[in-house]
Amino acid sequence: MSLLQVTNLSKQYEGRLSLAQRLTGGRKTVVRAVSDVSLHVNKGEVLGLIGESGCGKSTLGRAILRLHEPTEGKVEFDGTDVTALSPPALKAIRRRMQIIFQDPYASLNPRRTVAEIVGLPLALHGIASGEEARAITTQVLKRVGLQPDQIDRYPHQFSGGQRQRIGIARALVSNPEFIVCDEPVSALDVSIQAQIIALLLELKQELGLTYLFISHDISVIGYLSDRVAVMYLGEIVETGPVASVLDNPRHPYTQSLLSAVPEIGAKRAKGRVRLQGDLPSPLNPPSGCKFHTRCPLAIPICQTLVPLTQAVGAEHHAACHRLHEGLNLLEGAQ
Amino acid sequence: MTVLLEVTNLRTEFSARAGLVRAVDGVSLQISRGECLGVVGESGSGKSVTFSSIMGLVRPPGRVTQGTIFFDGRDLRGMSPEEMRGVRGRDIAMTMQDALTALNPALTIGEQLAEVLVAHDETLPTGRAARRVAIKDRCVEMLGLVGIPSPDSRLRQYPHEFSGGMRQRIMIAIALACRPKLLIADEPTTALDVTIQAQVLELISDIRARMGMAVALITHDLGVVAEHCDRVMVMYAGQVVEEGPTEDVIGHPRHPYTRGLLASIPRPAMRGQPLTPIKGQVPNLMGLAPQCRFHSRCPLAEPSCLVEVPMLSAGPGRRARCLRLEETV
Ligand SMILES: Nc1ncnc2c1ncn2[C@@H]1O[C@H](COP(=O)(O)OP(=O)(O)OP(=O)(O)O)[C@@H](O)[C@H]1O
Ligand SMILES: Nc1ncnc2c1ncn2[C@@H]1O[C@H](COP(=O)(O)OP(=O)(O)O)[C@@H](O)[C@H]1O
Ligand code: SF4
Ligand code: SF4
Ligand SMILES: [Mg+2]
Ligand SMILES: [Mg+2]
Repeated sequence: MSLLQVTNLSKQYEGRLSLAQRLTGGRKTVVRAVSDVSLHVNKGEVLGLIGESGCGKSTLGRAILRLHEPTEGKVEFDGTDVTALSPPALKAIRRRMQIIFQDPYASLNPRRTVAEIVGLPLALHGIASGEEARAITTQVLKRVGLQPDQIDRYPHQFSGGQRQRIGIARALVSNPEFIVCDEPVSALDVSIQAQIIALLLELKQELGLTYLFISHDISVIGYLSDRVAVMYLGEIVETGPVASVLDNPRHPYTQSLLSAVPEIGAKRAKGRVRLQGDLPSPLNPPSGCKFHTRCPLAIPICQTLVPLTQAVGAEHHAACHRLHEGLNLLEGAQ
Repeated sequence: MTVLLEVTNLRTEFSARAGLVRAVDGVSLQISRGECLGVVGESGSGKSVTFSSIMGLVRPPGRVTQGTIFFDGRDLRGMSPEEMRGVRGRDIAMTMQDALTALNPALTIGEQLAEVLVAHDETLPTGRAARRVAIKDRCVEMLGLVGIPSPDSRLRQYPHEFSGGMRQRIMIAIALACRPKLLIADEPTTALDVTIQAQVLELISDIRARMGMAVALITHDLGVVAEHCDRVMVMYAGQVVEEGPTEDVIGHPRHPYTRGLLASIPRPAMRGQPLTPIKGQVPNLMGLAPQCRFHSRCPLAEPSCLVEVPMLSAGPGRRARCLRLEETV
């Protein structure tokens, strides 16, 4: 059963114009950071969201929690329409939906102690106060691997990995069911990254949590996800069970993304696809299929017609005009 | 293959108010002509300081306090600042981790490329007009070589007008302008997306093959090393802990740290199996005791490891800094 259902969600950012631009009749710039995204996350599973920098992953994560107001579309959590909630009702449901941020340095208030940072959600949601709050805070901090004698220190006194543990404790303290993990390990060194991934998986098991796990690292996503969604320029281009998507990617973008990852161990079995060019500017996205400017398989129709999302296997979907031809870039390459 | 760069027992220290940080401590390394050496290690392990020291780019409060650096038979540590400037750019070039801060924001890409050519390229014609044309042609050629589309018009643009991947490629173009014998690429792709990373690495490999240039590729990604480097050296807390042919080191690591690092990398094939992270954190480099630096985190540690550990032979062409290598055969 799906705990989270996202339907046709879009988020637009409107750029402010400078006075000079306004005087010369410049038009407002609009970035469609997330465009018509539909997805679901089942209870107890990890949905991995993967894509390159700037493709809209964080925006999607925040729009789901309404930390950024969606421009269009619907988010349902456990049957409740989150997009329609009044501010007090939204506050109440946020207790059950939390987020862990990418940057352990920027996401913690430098003027508050760890106890204050982690205890804040308890006060905010009226869960506990005073000694009781401190006891809960201490317990959660211990669970994420910090020492009780560290809880009155300030964030700058901790390493990157420890700060990420503090961020995890803050997300956990209100006893949520669902957590958006927005690149929680991307800023960390490999050995610390492994510690944090192990912790997040243990906590999920122990507390029956559900994650939307955002990352640009395919190895991380492949290791810990049950299902995967691949994003390109604000759109989901492919979704499916992790094994189907990684072993049998059907969208040309997914195929090129997978082939670009350097591999450890035996020589690459399949060829490599070299994508040309950079990610197009989201201010001025390509028409038709947004991937057509870089797609080795693009045909004329791709420039004008937006491809529909189609089923390509059990719970496996992709959006591309040439799916029925069963092409695989990886096999074509030497 | 003949040795191009030979560094022996290099030590670089930074004096801070709180004490002396020995960022590089007893590093020895060799790079042969045309070879690609991968340098891996976590942040702060001393990768950038090692190669800045070789380039003579360490500034006070930092100081190279010990060791020898020979390049192409010449003693770099014995050189005057003037002579070192000649070596940098013409013989050895280094691209920095952060392309945006390494490029001059106030000069166009064309001006920055031309600056390097004028300073180092003796093959340029002497007549003023012919010289200008030759410089322009070389600049267009270099930008084309690193895959910047319409290089002619791009030469007049400033660094901020390029994407991150393009800026890295431009820095590589500048580094390559004088056809150096050794390119030091410090994390050229860490800030880039994987599809762009693949483009940049392919570019470096390609140019290396064409120009017969040696490369030191600094990275924290073992996957990158596995695909692009002949040999690899692993750094930990200011020292080299393991070194050897890439396939051997990655396929059969001997030092407990290298083993831990490889076991820490999540892989899709390991789904459902627990990761085995290295416990603890990197030690503070200030006032380290003369003993194995991996001791507090090492699963094989014994009291007898609390002594200074030298690099020991670990098989053909391989060395590792560990007293219990018989455990990892
Ligand atoms: N507050 C904002 N105002 C205007 N534009 C924004 C804002 N936040 C994000 N954007 C734009 O929206 C697009 C998507 O950004 P987002 O941060 O969601 O990407 P991301 O996939 O999370 O990237 P990364 O991997 O770098 O974290 C980008 O083009 C970005 O520049
Ligand atoms: N300018 C500096 N002043 C003081 N300490 C420095 C300076 N540059 C580097 N260090 C220290 O030297 C060590 C190695 O740094 P560095 O070579 O940059 O690591 P890496 O490149 O492996 O991430 C670190 O402990 C770092 O803090
Ligand atoms: S629709 Fe066309 S351009 Fe888009 S991914 Fe498919 S083949 Fe490529
Ligand atoms: S010398 Fe001892 S502590 Fe150091 S790496 Fe080897 S086994 Fe571990
Ligand atoms: Mg983001
Ligand atoms: Mg560095």
